[in-house]
Amino acid sequence: MSLSVHDLTITRGGIPVLEGLNFSLEPGRALILRGPNGVGKTTLLRTVAGLQPPLSGRVDCPPESIAYAAHSDGLKAMLSVTENLNFWSDVFGRKDISAAIQAFDLAALTDRMAGTLSAGQKRRLGLARLLVTGRPIWVLDEPTVSLDTASVRMFADAVRAHLQAGGSALLATHIDLGLSEAEVLDVGPFRAGPNSTVPGGFDEGFL
Amino acid sequence: MGSIWEYANPVKFSRTAGLVLPWVSIGATVTLVVGLVWGFFFTPDDYRQGSTVKIIYLHVPSALMAINVWFMMLVTSLVWLIRRHHVSALAAKAAAPVGIVMTVIALLTGAIWGQPMWGTWWAWDPRLTSFLILFLFYLGYLALWGAIDDPDTAADLTSVLCIVGSVFAVLSRYAVNFWNQGLHQGATLSLDKEENIADVFSTPLYISIAGFVLLFIALVFLRTRTEIQKRRTKALLARERLG
Amino acid sequence: MISLLIRDLKLAFRAGGGFGLGLAFFLIVTVLVPFGVGPESSLLSKIAPGILWLGALLACLLSLDRILALDWEDGSLDLLATSPLPLEGVVTIKALAHWLTTGLPLTLAAPFFGLLLSLPEPGYPWLVLSLLLGTPALSVIGTFGAALTVGIKRGGLLLSLLVLPFYVPTLIFGAELARRGAEGLATTTPLLMLAGITFGVIALLPFASALVLRVNLR
Repeated sequence: MSLSVHDLTITRGGIPVLEGLNFSLEPGRALILRGPNGVGKTTLLRTVAGLQPPLSGRVDCPPESIAYAAHSDGLKAMLSVTENLNFWSDVFGRKDISAAIQAFDLAALTDRMAGTLSAGQKRRLGLARLLVTGRPIWVLDEPTVSLDTASVRMFADAVRAHLQAGGSALLATHIDLGLSEAEVLDVGPFRAGPNSTVPGGFDEGFL
Repeated sequence: MGSIWEYANPVKFSRTAGLVLPWVSIGATVTLVVGLVWGFFFTPDDYRQGSTVKIIYLHVPSALMAINVWFMMLVTSLVWLIRRHHVSALAAKAAAPVGIVMTVIALLTGAIWGQPMWGTWWAWDPRLTSFLILFLFYLGYLALWGAIDDPDTAADLTSVLCIVGSVFAVLSRYAVNFWNQGLHQGATLSLDKEENIADVFSTPLYISIAGFVLLFIALVFLRTRTEIQKRRTKALLARERLG
Repeated sequence: MISLLIRDLKLAFRAGGGFGLGLAFFLIVTVLVPFGVGPESSLLSKIAPGILWLGALLACLLSLDRILALDWEDGSLDLLATSPLPLEGVVTIKALAHWLTTGLPLTLAAPFFGLLLSLPEPGYPWLVLSLLLGTPALSVIGTFGAALTVGIKRGGLLLSLLVLPFYVPTLIFGAELARRGAEGLATTTPLLMLAGITFGVIALLPFASALVLRVNLR
């Protein structure tokens, strides 16, 4: 259940943003991506999650092993917390949502409509979704946005528990989660230059 | 000699199109002038339709082109989806406005011809109706190109639209045939011009058709080159921003 | 799959709009037609099948952009695309949910609106049958249009422009079936054609919808 990325070049709007990326993620490990805004972390995570094709290189991971969480949580305002979680656990073929509710301290909110939650509570619900997917590799884009300190700790605990259970996590975040298992990868040096050697970049057929 | 796919390279295509373009343009001008002048001034009036029949030298070629341009777009869309050659997608984009203009010319000349012949500008004849529907398909296709910023996304989406649209256009053609039969009897004059056309009319008609085809090729070459240059400018600017 | 359908139906009921709005629109169109063409029942009964079909079609069109746009905005589509559900299945379920909340109520309400337009007696079963067979095609084609335009801001108008020409064959055969039924003519050909189109688009179009949705999610 390991994820590995080989010589990956990714594009945003047809322009290469990161090139020559190599990394791998073993079970029980976490990898934190850092880099300035706009460097292409979100694009990288979307590529790893399989939402967009890489320009070159490849992403190796077992099929259906990635749980992806983006900036927006995919919550339905008109469904209650339980209904939102139940929906995703049905989609991913699992039944029990109580562990997820407990891990993110949502027990008091179960009957509330998701639309009435605060931003931080919504985020917690969005992260609880990861637990009901039952997938081993978490790919998380800025998971701690709008979380308070206590909730960040809650999230770090959930990640740690996930790693201890043999899962792994790829995160883009600027906050120090205090994860001893985590390595940090600064993607800044992989920024694609104007003399990109990768064929297909810059619509080079047009140059 | 290499294969036809060599011209999938935008630079190579541009260069070759640039070389061919003047000759095609001259050819288009000559054949159009000869065909239309011959057709309008040197053919006898039809004994039933008088001089109004001469509008066929615009009507028939434009109608033929309206359909064939869509067919060409279908082929280039398939080539783009299968082989990912940018020139192919850009050629489809370049052809669409020419196609819609041909459709409009066919509809307008049809109306102008229909007025003295059938006493009405418009009848829901199956053929006329099909062209109107084809016009709507062109309109949607062009609108979709216009609405999307990313060129590759736009090329993908419009290609699928073109392919699915082709199936529905053919379906509509049959549906319209069936529908009209049910509503009223056929038009009093046969619209099948090819059947009752005399030889004296047909030679200039063929020349006009050739002229329209050449004009289309010239326009598509020119417009595809423009599109390629636009993409080239964008690519250069993007590289500059990064450097 | 079932849970996605249940979720979409729940949302349609709770958020309102979808369901009631389409029906209300259908009613208004039906009521406005006599104001436009005059109250003679002989004329109305002649044009009733066509008007009812056109009204149902426009009512369908009204809610098309909600099929995928809401899930696009809140990020659910990204998550569904990375879930075990195949996108072809997702778009089929979306179309089914749209039909259950729009096409089916319109079909059931159509006979009552037929009364308003003096639809001839033998026409009622044929009207219901034609809508029952035809409206699923409207939803499936509409989902394709919604998938094409989901990434475009204010794509609603474009969606109508793209989808309406695709509705032509369904409208022709559907309205023709209802009209022939009302006039007591042979109905086999339009019935078979309408059924053919509907089953054809249900079988094939989800692949195209999923393809363009994937492009839009890139």
